Amino acid sequence: MSIDLSQFFEVFFEESFEGLDAMEAELLNLEPGTEDSETINTIFRAAHSIKGGSGTFGFTSVSDFTHVLETLLDQIRDGQRQLTAEHVNLLLKSVDCLRALLSALQAEQTPDLSDANDLRQKFEVILGMSEGSDSQNIQETVQVESESTFQIDFKPHPHLFKTGNEPLYMISELAELGELETNVFYDAIPDFENLSPDECFLSWRFFLTTARPESAIKEIFEWVEDDAHIEITVCGGLFESEGRSGINLTEESSSANTAASVPSSSPAPKAATSVKKVETKKPAEQSTTSIRVGIDKVDSLINMVGELVITQAMLSQIGEQEISETTITSLQEGLAQLAHNTRDLQENVMRIRMLPISFVFSRFPRLVRDISQKLNKQVELKLVGEQTELDKTVMEKISDPMVHLVRNSLDHGLETPEERVAAGKDPVGIVTLNAFHQGGNIVIEIMDDGQGLNTQRIKEKAIANGLVQPGDELTADEINELIFMPGFSTADEVSDISGRGVGMDVVRRNIQALNGSVEVSSAPGVGSTFTIRLPLTLAILDGQLVKVAQHTYIIPLISIVESLQIDITKVSRVGKDLDVLRLRDEYIPILRLYDIFTHQGAIEELDKTLLVVVESDNHKVGLLVDDLLAQQQVVIKSLEANYQKVDGISGATILGDGRVSLIIDISGLIKLSGLKRPGSQELLVEAKAIEVA
Amino acid sequence: MSKQAELNQQLILGGQQDENQYLTFMMAGEEYGMDILAVQEIRGWEDATVIPNAPTFVKGAINLRGTIVPIVDLRLRFGIDSVAYSPLTVVIVVSVEIKEQHKVMGLVVDAVSDVYSISEETAKDVPDFQDSDNAQYVHGLVNVGEKMVVLLNLARVLDLSANYMHHG
Repeated sequence: MSIDLSQFFEVFFEESFEGLDAMEAELLNLEPGTEDSETINTIFRAAHSIKGGSGTFGFTSVSDFTHVLETLLDQIRDGQRQLTAEHVNLLLKSVDCLRALLSALQAEQTPDLSDANDLRQKFEVILGMSEGSDSQNIQETVQVESESTFQIDFKPHPHLFKTGNEPLYMISELAELGELETNVFYDAIPDFENLSPDECFLSWRFFLTTARPESAIKEIFEWVEDDAHIEITVCGGLFESEGRSGINLTEESSSANTAASVPSSSPAPKAATSVKKVETKKPAEQSTTSIRVGIDKVDSLINMVGELVITQAMLSQIGEQEISETTITSLQEGLAQLAHNTRDLQENVMRIRMLPISFVFSRFPRLVRDISQKLNKQVELKLVGEQTELDKTVMEKISDPMVHLVRNSLDHGLETPEERVAAGKDPVGIVTLNAFHQGGNIVIEIMDDGQGLNTQRIKEKAIANGLVQPGDELTADEINELIFMPGFSTADEVSDISGRGVGMDVVRRNIQALNGSVEVSSAPGVGSTFTIRLPLTLAILDGQLVKVAQHTYIIPLISIVESLQIDITKVSRVGKDLDVLRLRDEYIPILRLYDIFTHQGAIEELDKTLLVVVESDNHKVGLLVDDLLAQQQVVIKSLEANYQKVDGISGATILGDGRVSLIIDISGLIKLSGLKRPGSQELLVEAKAIEVA
Repeated sequence: MSKQAELNQQLILGGQQDENQYLTFMMAGEEYGMDILAVQEIRGWEDATVIPNAPTFVKGAINLRGTIVPIVDLRLRFGIDSVAYSPLTVVIVVSVEIKEQHKVMGLVVDAVSDVYSISEETAKDVPDFQDSDNAQYVHGLVNVGEKMVVLLNLARVLDLSANYMHHG
């Protein structure tokens, strides 16, 4: 029997990433000079688990790197070394570096080791540089504490390897504590045909002469306590070597090597081959992620399914009876109960995907720290409403736009400490992230108490970019809206932090892709607030069912501006085949859905159809439909999963009658219709000109 | 020899050898075979929701217990004249690996025929139909009694991205 280690990789990566997050959070709390041992311990433990895990799975690049890190942490923990700001910075960098290494390994790529090697050298310089003074310290303590010799009997249970432990690591760690004499007992090894390479038949007796306390030894064996018989005894003076069977190997690490390599030789190549097998595959998309769900949520689901089963049993019982008035009444009751059960179940299943937004918020302390250092600004970050729950898929996609907005606030919004003092403000600027539920939406606010948007400069810039005409009268809000226009960046100089050409328009587009919206409000000298509104989940959408020929489509309700009957006198034709409707002050191009989707049999006369005016990317168009049907919540299903991407369609859903209906992707539809083709904008302008004339 | 008897004999004789089982179906009088392990279920034809701008051989999508499954008319896919669907028209739901992606699709065929065990060796190579688009869909040809069965390469047949010239 052998175990394929690769099946545990995902769990390892996930735990490691969690460990890194914990390390990062604790490091940010750590102020040099005031460190408490508990914090250091948490960081140490996280590093230790990553090292252990990566060693077990053969990710030596990670384990080697973590080892240096751990050595430094160990010294700090033991009080041998004072924590400095430099250490914290280096440790934070190594967290990033480890994250990169692990992500590369997870994607089955060869990690780039250059950063790791740089950092490792820096750590080694720190560790090596002070070796002189340190070893003196140790010498002193050695003299005070005086060395003692421990006899350690280590008899692993046969299943030791199956728990992912490798005695060689423990032996090398022991060897680091002091002078180690290793004796291996191999009597228990069975005949070759009975030998199972997965099991450990070896046991050891070590004699360790060290100045370190017994607890240091115990710690090494901490992980295998339950999987081995361990006995540590102090044997006062020098070691006695009588009464020992087996071979006596005095050479420390090499002996450990040979001793451990006997049983581990079989599992090790096994792991190596499985890794290789994985590597030959193309880097898999990281489409399968997992979430941790509270046991209470799972319990309540199980309860609901239990109720569902009862209802089902009841209904099938009714089904077996003769049809009469009473059975019909109880059938109706049963169906009502079934509807109730289903709704509850749906709500609860949705809750599984909901995670507190703190998963996103937690990355900001680090970001703010790094950026404020770079900009020489003093910033305090406040997080409010971290427990607000949000769908996991939405959360993954909202993180980048939020990073962009926070960077903007730090870079453009907040002033330097000098400017702040001059303006009569506290030199420390405050950035607040606030999340809360409102209706069926989650609202995330990013507030700063900086200088606010400079409307004058925005307007000048917009005029320079040709977005508005010099004579246009704009309200402050309208000016603020301009920052979301494509090709707009207020940064006078392109800085490292913002203004890399990726503008607010991208932020808005990304948020709109999630069926959300972003707005800004600002007051000069007081600060600005960006408000992001998102649906709680991507899995359900409020839809308007429409009829096109004999087909039913769904238009996302959020993108519908209005629906109306067309006043034929206000329609003019521009170009060859584009009809434009003048609606109040706007010109709305009319897209004939049946034409775009090539359906036969739809109503073609404009005055007999309905127009659904939709908006996407600040672009209004009218969709021609035969009829408006119901409005309802629909569960979004992927069409791509078994088919392929369809232009103008974002997904599919199943209607009440069990039929499939397709959901229209407005921006895709506009692209498909060719309205975004170069030249079509001119057509619209032309339409205006015709109207004016 | 009746088909069933032959099949039984094959099952008795075969089994130990390296054989694959194939589900066969009829289409325009010809018998075609597909790897039985790819077959998920067989169901009757039901109306599918039309997918806009899809190739003509894609009849639409159906709801298969909550999954959206596209339906391909194999006659149209092979350029055979289409016939009106009847209550006897059969949809074979298959699950195939196409370009490392796992897809579930439905195939409309005239009727399901039989299951044969066929060893890889007896399958004849595809003759060189250089002028035929359809040759790429054929995995091999095999004789069962007096009949010839065309074994299909499902992954190619259902790889819609590769064949867009039928676009209509």
